[in-house]
Amino acid sequence: MARTKHKARVAGGEGGAGPTAQPGAAGAAQGAAAAAGQAADGGPSTSGRLPDNLELARTRVVCGPDMNLHTTSTIAATQWASLGVDASFDLDSFRRGFNIDITRYEGDDMEFEMKGVSCALANSLRRIMISEAPTMAIEHVFIVNNTSVIQDEVLAHRLGLIPLKVDPRLFQYKSKEESPSEHNTIVLKLKVECRRLPNGSMENECVYSRDLQWLPLGSEMPDETSCRFASSQEALVPGGVRPVHDDILIAKMRPGQVIELECHCIKGVGDEHAKWSPVATTWYRLMPEVVLLQQPHGDVARALAEQLPGLLALQGTGDAATVTVGDVRKHDKLLEKVRRLSGEEQYKQYIQLRKIKDHFIFTIESTGAWRPHELFNYAVSVMMSKCDKVLEGLQAFPQRSF
Amino acid sequence: MQPQPGFGGGAPAPPAPVAYVCGDCGTENTLKPGDVIRCRECGYRILYKKRTKRVVQYEAR
Repeated sequence: MARTKHKARVAGGEGGAGPTAQPGAAGAAQGAAAAAGQAADGGPSTSGRLPDNLELARTRVVCGPDMNLHTTSTIAATQWASLGVDASFDLDSFRRGFNIDITRYEGDDMEFEMKGVSCALANSLRRIMISEAPTMAIEHVFIVNNTSVIQDEVLAHRLGLIPLKVDPRLFQYKSKEESPSEHNTIVLKLKVECRRLPNGSMENECVYSRDLQWLPLGSEMPDETSCRFASSQEALVPGGVRPVHDDILIAKMRPGQVIELECHCIKGVGDEHAKWSPVATTWYRLMPEVVLLQQPHGDVARALAEQLPGLLALQGTGDAATVTVGDVRKHDKLLEKVRRLSGEEQYKQYIQLRKIKDHFIFTIESTGAWRPHELFNYAVSVMMSKCDKVLEGLQAFPQRSF
Repeated sequence: MQPQPGFGGGAPAPPAPVAYVCGDCGTENTLKPGDVIRCRECGYRILYKKRTKRVVQYEAR
């Protein structure tokens, strides 16, 4: 029962919320439990509220002119126990606070805001997307002929980095000992020759990724590559295999030069080599917040509004003039200026830049093998199975005899 | 055609014509031992041997 509960916590999905004591495991796993967002045993949920200064330090990074303050996160459920405040994870409040809001989705790029989650979890998801989601990539290059000026090993390296549009879930991983088959290998052929045409122009002066040809029947030189398919891949890969982008420049040639080779692609993860990483990159930043510490009036208000056009709106005239803070997300370029102004003598009592610690602006730039939202879902499922593994390990712990 | 020195014993194997590529104009020239090393098309005197037909394997890393 305890296991299902924990699983539900990580996923933020369904599951019983009743706190259950787990003798033995709880004490030993205190640190890990707090980091994984696990509730402390038994006790009633949050009783008191933190004083304002601690609440600020808990929820915000304060961006000073020369350094940021309160950059760490809550580390233990008992952190404020002496103040009567329980900092343990609570599923209900997580459910209330957690939210994902997709703000931009253009092709292979996606930006979303994720609220109410610890930076440990956000960072785990980021790292999983970069190095643990599989894709297919060229791994072995069999060069029959290459008389271009680009060296064989450089050419092979360049080929490896070309993202391929094929669902990696259709294939199995291939271990070193395993021989290539239609279930773990994709074969691509590149055969180009540069020629001067009768009209004076050149054919194949530039070799592009679109020149790679998929061979669903497998290698055309099985003796050299030891790659034999039992059947065609046509049925296995309905959409066929092609590079995500057709116009990636592979090499340049002069008349008479030839490139003839075969590429064998296998499934892998970014952990082993960046060519398998399904993202150009994925990153997050914290939600910025511009705060008026006190309302400026008159000349100060006018000066501030002039310094931060659009971000601060001036209200009223003369000595009664005041400012209001507009939409921070629309004025990203002014934020560092806010930071600078908050260090200047005449403004520092009025304005401050902060970052909200549990509000992440996440960006996923997929290379094209995965849809970015699928990639995020996959990262969540990997994270869940990792948590399951930890919990299995913890359950075994109290039974061990010393 | 002269017998090759240094390979004592049996009769010399019939010399296979080898294809070379002109260093200037790029045309293919087939030469036998003893032929003048000179491009038939442009007269250039530097000829290059072609790349091996053997397949070479690389890791794309």
